[in-house]
Amino acid sequence: MSASSTAEVPFVPETKVGRITDFVDERVGGSGILREFGRKVFPDHWSFMFGEVALYSFVILLMSGTFLTFFFDPSMAETHYAGSYTPLTNVEMSVAYNSSLNISFDIRGGLFFRQVHHWAALLFVASLGVHMLRVFFTGAFRKPREMNWVVGGVLLILAMAEGFTGYSLPDDLLSGNGLRIIDGVIKSIPVIGTYISFFLFGGEFPGTAIIGRLYVLHILLVPAMILLMIVIHLFMVVVHKHTQYPGPGRNDGNVVGYPLGPVYAAKAGGFFFIVFGVVALMAAMFTINPIWNYGPYDPSPVSAGTQPDWYIGFVDGALRLMPGVVNDFHFEYIIFGHVLTLNVLLPALVPAGIIFTVLFMYPWIERWITKDNREHHVLDRPRNAPTRTAIGVAGFTWYCVMWAAAGSDLIATHFHVALNDVTYWLRTLFFIGPILAFMVTKRVALALQRKDREIALHGRETGRIVRLPHGEFIEVHAPLDDYKHYKLVGFESPSPLPAEPNEHGVVTPKEKRRAALSKWFFEDRVAPATPAELEAAHGHGHHEAIESGEEHKSLSH
Amino acid sequence: MKALSQKRRHPLAAIALLLMGLLVTGGLYAVATTVNQAKADTTTFSASDAQEGGKLFAANCATCHGMGASGTKDGPSLVGVGAAAVDFQVGTGRMPMQMNGPQAQAKPRQFNDQQTQQLAAYVASLGAGPSIPDASLLDEKGDAAKGGELFRTNCAMCHNAAAAGGALTRGKFAPPLAGVSGQHIYEAMATGPQNMPVFNDANISPEGKRDIITFLKTIEANGSPGGADLGALGPVSEGLFVWVAGLGVIIAFTIWLTSRTS
Repeated sequence: MSASSTAEVPFVPETKVGRITDFVDERVGGSGILREFGRKVFPDHWSFMFGEVALYSFVILLMSGTFLTFFFDPSMAETHYAGSYTPLTNVEMSVAYNSSLNISFDIRGGLFFRQVHHWAALLFVASLGVHMLRVFFTGAFRKPREMNWVVGGVLLILAMAEGFTGYSLPDDLLSGNGLRIIDGVIKSIPVIGTYISFFLFGGEFPGTAIIGRLYVLHILLVPAMILLMIVIHLFMVVVHKHTQYPGPGRNDGNVVGYPLGPVYAAKAGGFFFIVFGVVALMAAMFTINPIWNYGPYDPSPVSAGTQPDWYIGFVDGALRLMPGVVNDFHFEYIIFGHVLTLNVLLPALVPAGIIFTVLFMYPWIERWITKDNREHHVLDRPRNAPTRTAIGVAGFTWYCVMWAAAGSDLIATHFHVALNDVTYWLRTLFFIGPILAFMVTKRVALALQRKDREIALHGRETGRIVRLPHGEFIEVHAPLDDYKHYKLVGFESPSPLPAEPNEHGVVTPKEKRRAALSKWFFEDRVAPATPAELEAAHGHGHHEAIESGEEHKSLSH
Repeated sequence: MKALSQKRRHPLAAIALLLMGLLVTGGLYAVATTVNQAKADTTTFSASDAQEGGKLFAANCATCHGMGASGTKDGPSLVGVGAAAVDFQVGTGRMPMQMNGPQAQAKPRQFNDQQTQQLAAYVASLGAGPSIPDASLLDEKGDAAKGGELFRTNCAMCHNAAAAGGALTRGKFAPPLAGVSGQHIYEAMATGPQNMPVFNDANISPEGKRDIITFLKTIEANGSPGGADLGALGPVSEGLFVWVAGLGVIIAFTIWLTSRTS
């Protein structure tokens, strides 16, 4: 069915189905779209599928969420519970909490859908996070994908907002405590904080408006923005094409993988059902957010073990780590009658601000340091970009310290240590953890590169010990096949780029700073084995020759 | 009225006012404390119980609490703590204490029911204090919903809304309450063991305590309607679960999907 023949001789379909299909195709051009998309090539690697997991989780969220909206009533009017959960019988509560309980206990399949929705939400943000880590550590954010990286970052923030607004809807004690913390953080913003809080809550906390407002944000505005961002994100993926791991025959000008149709489409479609199945199993077997335990919201009680969902945990952890007073130094000032509460403002906004600023800026920071303006479609193995990998692990460690701090009370009770000690340790790690992580990661990456180099030059150890006629024992090294070999030697290893004068012949201070950073970025490097070295190592094929040849290369050991 | 306002500048007026204030506060306090005064009912204990208890006390407890339970620098005086305190501390194995620490840990109990009763009788004979609650307060037939409200207001900030326990400062902690007998829960509220505050009868009435016990026993019997409760620890265990189990299973599937038969 070639395209050229249809231009001259009108194609006449024979069957009824064929006629209908042809009618639609002539007006929509579906076959052209299918031909274009069906032939899009996607490289195959398990780490490329987290974005898909996030997408599928979002689809699950849309479907289960729609079910929940049929029965949820976001009103904060007061009512008395009359449902089937006896430990709350006749307890005064908001209509929102009442309807959440009814979804859980009196609507067929309601509890299952609530749990599907909540587990899918946790999985959505988790897979988003892992996807971003994969993109960062493989350098997939480099040109031309910087803007898509930013779109991804926006998606992460939107996902957190979507999650938090949803977490607050049941109006139970747990979510109310969470809202109370947010209210406190907003009020700590100088001058405008109280105004924002009063605007948001429609008066003093908790008011009678917030649940309805969060509901509108949760089911209308934020998901619409997420959807828009997903469309932009995927559109750019199509435009940029997918990145690929280094391998024989793969370069920045091609994509090696499977076409979308039919195999890849079938796999991806099947994967949706796998993700759905995993979420459904979790929802069927494991409780999530047992709102009936927490009771209705009331500003006075605060339960032990009150935490936000995991993705807001790092902010809560930072708040927990912040000391109220250090010796005699305290963090609260009254300036012109306005209270400035730094011990809320600093931990709530600064770490999150730093993390997201660096996250959004990173592609440009690295581009400025390296002056690398080329397009990259072949990924870096994390070990082959030691400094970037170390920066990423340092940032991740910093995040994890704050994240762990959100569970400090549970660490204390479950490991039988004092809560204060947990806090002191985590405060220490807050400062030195990222530095240690940076140093350790960089050394590990360099060591792995050395190992790769060693294997490229001398082959892999077979574990076979041979005794030579004159009594010497050697271990036989087997050469790698070409595919594996390529992986170990086919990477770029930039050296530091010294400061260069600009068009006026002046080396600007900014350029000097860039050069210093470039030195920091690239000075510790293990160059891939060059063809000459490989020739020297393999050509003789004699072990002594290899050993002696290596002594010149101090880099290998 | 006029006479009173004329005398308010009298030199003794301030003293009279002070005296009146003190009398009112003191009087109110006296009334309030008698409300809290637990009936020291030694009636259920026989004289021989107290006598046997005294011997057990001298052999097992006096090292720290002193002869006659008058206290030493290692342990507080037990005069007036009442039978309820003894029944709780000894009955849950917290006393005799295994080692010094932020707080006494529950462990397999060292004394049987009879010995515990004898010790309680002895300590109760030293001075009036909260008594072991009547069985009618422990029948778990109170109002669970009302008990839940009381629990969330008074207990959940340490013990967690689902009674799963929680951390306190410097190694102290509020234990989980699943599996604790109603009698021990009542006694804990009445006597405030370890770092727990005392919830006396003016604070939470005996009926309120009965409701709380009913609530705790109801949620314990109900189990977790939504499936395995992951320790009822809230979002931390849920987050841990989705990262380890949820993502773990999904990663296994991604590896399977992208593996090639080579």
